[in-house]
Amino acid sequence: MRVRFWGTRGSMPVALTAADVRDKLAQALVAADGRRFESFGAAYDFAQQELPFTLTHTFGGHSSCVELETGSNEYFVCDMGSGARPFGAHVLARQGGRPATVNVFMSHVHWDHIMGFPFFGPAYVPGTTIRIHGCHDILEQALRLQQAPPCFPVPFDQLAAKIEFVKLVPGETYAGGSVSVTPKIQRHSGDSYGYRFEAGGKVLIYSTDSEHKLENRGEAEAFVAFFRDADLVVFDAMYSLAEVASVKADWGHSSNIVGVELCQMAGVKHLVLFHHEPSSDDAAIEAVLRDTRRLEELTRGARSLRVSAAYDGLEIDL
Amino acid sequence: MALSHRNYAKVRVVAPVGRLDHDNCEAFRNDLAPHLDACLREGQALIFDLSGLEYVSSAGLRCLMLAARQAASRSGRLVIASLQPLVAEIFQISRFNLVFDVFPTMREALASVSSEAVEAFERG
Ligand SMILES: [Zn+2]
Ligand SMILES: [Zn+2]
Repeated sequence: MRVRFWGTRGSMPVALTAADVRDKLAQALVAADGRRFESFGAAYDFAQQELPFTLTHTFGGHSSCVELETGSNEYFVCDMGSGARPFGAHVLARQGGRPATVNVFMSHVHWDHIMGFPFFGPAYVPGTTIRIHGCHDILEQALRLQQAPPCFPVPFDQLAAKIEFVKLVPGETYAGGSVSVTPKIQRHSGDSYGYRFEAGGKVLIYSTDSEHKLENRGEAEAFVAFFRDADLVVFDAMYSLAEVASVKADWGHSSNIVGVELCQMAGVKHLVLFHHEPSSDDAAIEAVLRDTRRLEELTRGARSLRVSAAYDGLEIDL
Repeated sequence: MALSHRNYAKVRVVAPVGRLDHDNCEAFRNDLAPHLDACLREGQALIFDLSGLEYVSSAGLRCLMLAARQAASRSGRLVIASLQPLVAEIFQISRFNLVFDVFPTMREALASVSSEAVEAFERG
């Protein structure tokens, strides 16, 4: 199974500004310390191998959209945030004119999780099948609404693809071909749902827009069971724990600390911090990642937990 | 969890010991309630002496937060002192060091509350 991140930012897409690019460039020149490079390739290798991540990358970017590649001809993707636009371009390029079948799993219908759908290229290609799975009754209504006038020029009914809505029930497991999926309800305004995907003996948890109150033992145990022995957990770590416990209590998001605790209790192999706060720059997200790895080290039990921070373009093979 | 306490002038010092996590934070809150009541009754400030606290989880930090809110709503004051290195790092990573008044030593914590309390502390 390969997991590909097309959109990793919470609430609102963000982009690097000209000033950010200049800043990274100037820092890279300082880091090069007068070195000369014979060719673009040599400079590229230097950037790739010697410069720190924050100078050579950006976390980005688009709002939530995570693809799950299973080796099947069909596509599987969680959420249709603005990352659905480049994901759609990828699908069209790979299909080379053949219509695609795309299985979408929706955590919920807040705007940052649906805003990419009107820009999802395959929706405009006749013969394409798009199956939109979710546990909300208002799924179809929400997607239609964002394309209704005066918000968007192309109404939902004019999309050329065959679009089906598949209602899922939390706690029930659905097996479709090579993939099985189990949804779980999460604490979030209007409810959200996490998904446990199992394919080829590997387990991926997609759990975003979810607030946790672990002093509630039943709730903690339910999430530990849901995350149990997962190879990868994509986790809403939008705020610091202090923010979630104080000014941002009941805003429906979680922290890096709760992510580490749940993953350690559940014996998870790899935690990916996701749904980054839009006002955090690359350095701030990098600092959160460093802190999270340190916490994992401080609290490590018998087994270690790998920790990463998601960025647009990240691919993880399970 | 054993919650020992001692008084320095108009300051009550409560010392949780061991681990504070989702297994015992409810019990901790129950054990703490009479101390919060006493602070209110006697107009005392409250200091958590965390020198015996070996680990605190997110649930434990939320409990400390709720206690601080309760203390504040009764116009009391809550200050934290003497974190072990591991707990100090957890405070920093969770950013709770920005939410609470945290002091490295009991003397500094007492001094932030009242000079009578420091005098009482130094008399032993
Ligand atoms: Zn969101
Ligand atoms: Zn949301």
